[in-house]
Amino acid sequence: MPKHVVATTEELPPGTRKLVTIRGREIGIFNIAGDYYALINRCPHEGAALCKGKLVGRMESDKPGEYRLTRPGEMLRCPWHGWEFDIRTGQSWCDPEHTYVRSYQVTVEPGAAVVKGPYMAETIPVRVEGNYVVVDL
Amino acid sequence: MNVITPQTQPDVSAQSLTGYVDCDVHPYFKNPAELDAFLPTRWREHRKEYGARSRSALAYMPQYPRLSPQNGMRMDAFPPDGSLPGSDLPFMREQLIDLFGMAHGILLPLLGRGGDERNLEYGAAMCTAVNDWMLAYWCDPEPRLKASIQINVEHAESAIAEIEKRAGDRRFAQVQINQRGLEPLGRHRYRKILQAAAANGFPIAMHLGGTSGHASTAGGWPSYYHEEHHAYVQSMEGIVTSLVVEGVFEQIPNLKVALVEGGFAWIPALTWRLDKHYRRLRTEVPHLKRLPSEYIRDHIWVTTQPVEEPERAGDMLSTLEWIGWDRVMFSTDYPHWDQDDPRYAFKVQIPEQQKRMLFRENALAFYNLA
Repeated sequence: MPKHVVATTEELPPGTRKLVTIRGREIGIFNIAGDYYALINRCPHEGAALCKGKLVGRMESDKPGEYRLTRPGEMLRCPWHGWEFDIRTGQSWCDPEHTYVRSYQVTVEPGAAVVKGPYMAETIPVRVEGNYVVVDL
Repeated sequence: MNVITPQTQPDVSAQSLTGYVDCDVHPYFKNPAELDAFLPTRWREHRKEYGARSRSALAYMPQYPRLSPQNGMRMDAFPPDGSLPGSDLPFMREQLIDLFGMAHGILLPLLGRGGDERNLEYGAAMCTAVNDWMLAYWCDPEPRLKASIQINVEHAESAIAEIEKRAGDRRFAQVQINQRGLEPLGRHRYRKILQAAAANGFPIAMHLGGTSGHASTAGGWPSYYHEEHHAYVQSMEGIVTSLVVEGVFEQIPNLKVALVEGGFAWIPALTWRLDKHYRRLRTEVPHLKRLPSEYIRDHIWVTTQPVEEPERAGDMLSTLEWIGWDRVMFSTDYPHWDQDDPRYAFKVQIPEQQKRMLFRENALAFYNLA
């Protein structure tokens, strides 16, 4: 599977995202507390641009009147119908068994490795001393 | 690729939708002052000094906060200039009209709120203003869009005058009536308005939403928007039951009714129940000459959004068959947060002929459009 260099690590600090197009597919790259994730920019429900949605937490409750917000910034809420997905797994919050959004393997590679190839990096100039976010697709 | 299992693959063959009719599109203003130009000075001053007094429990805010900004908007529908979703015709063309090759879109404005204004004279003036605004801002620059006549049913005289004023103007497709009124719509006090609509060739449409001032469920005010949203369905059931049992369709045999955004899967169950009780209780309502289900079948149409999503996707086909394939009309509800995309709204393959009816032909016939 070809590896695509999509960003420098400086470009994607924790809590941010970047939308890229790889081989015709729009993909959202997310940095959650230093870990990188990639999801296809298409909600499995009705096809909205999912990766432009709001980053939210997971609202949990054991009984009426008690609430706790967990994992802030780790859930992605679709801009249309508000379906929420776990960015770390692509799983749907409302239907985790059957509905998930396609995710891709993301790694961080040093520039020294990237310049050796075989990486696809049409739009990102690579320097040996940098670190790069790489998606397998 | 994205996966939804089982048997819920999106109906991608709906690419053949060019020429579909959208029965629920919401236009907004970029600036509330747009309406002032269509109000007489007397009411423009009133609007400035006193503002609206709708029949709702809270003033200037929705009864139930929604999950997205501006009272429930699709998050990617804000035009480039940052104005309200639905307020920019070129952007609406880009996201809806041209994107899906819409043949006609039926506008249901939810602004001005003349229909539920307590000051009836101001309400009537606001209805007229919104009607003129729709023509100037939407229907004239984009003839694919058709307007819905705004009226306040609590002011019968002005409501009838407004219907008659717009009669014969093909830019108007129907008469829009609030879903929640002071009394059930079949009550005698509203009959002349319904007669005027039918006599002038207009269907009537009820779009979900608003409050009448009464609690929104028969058991009182609900706590959550989730509950409130379902209470809209109960309102629709109440309207249908009232129109049928009060004998409205006996008296106005050419009245056509569209229920917009109130769901549709409940219709078969309601007809079964009404028919059962009719057999036992018909001496109480001797003015009914036919089964309730027959009146419903002949007079009630429904729009689709938000499409119900049964656990077994195939059950949708049975439901639509029970209602009648010729009684269901597609709608997006653009630009609201729960809008449907015509390509993916149905999670089941609809046969080609039925698809043509649902996405196009039923609405063309209902609204007498070419």
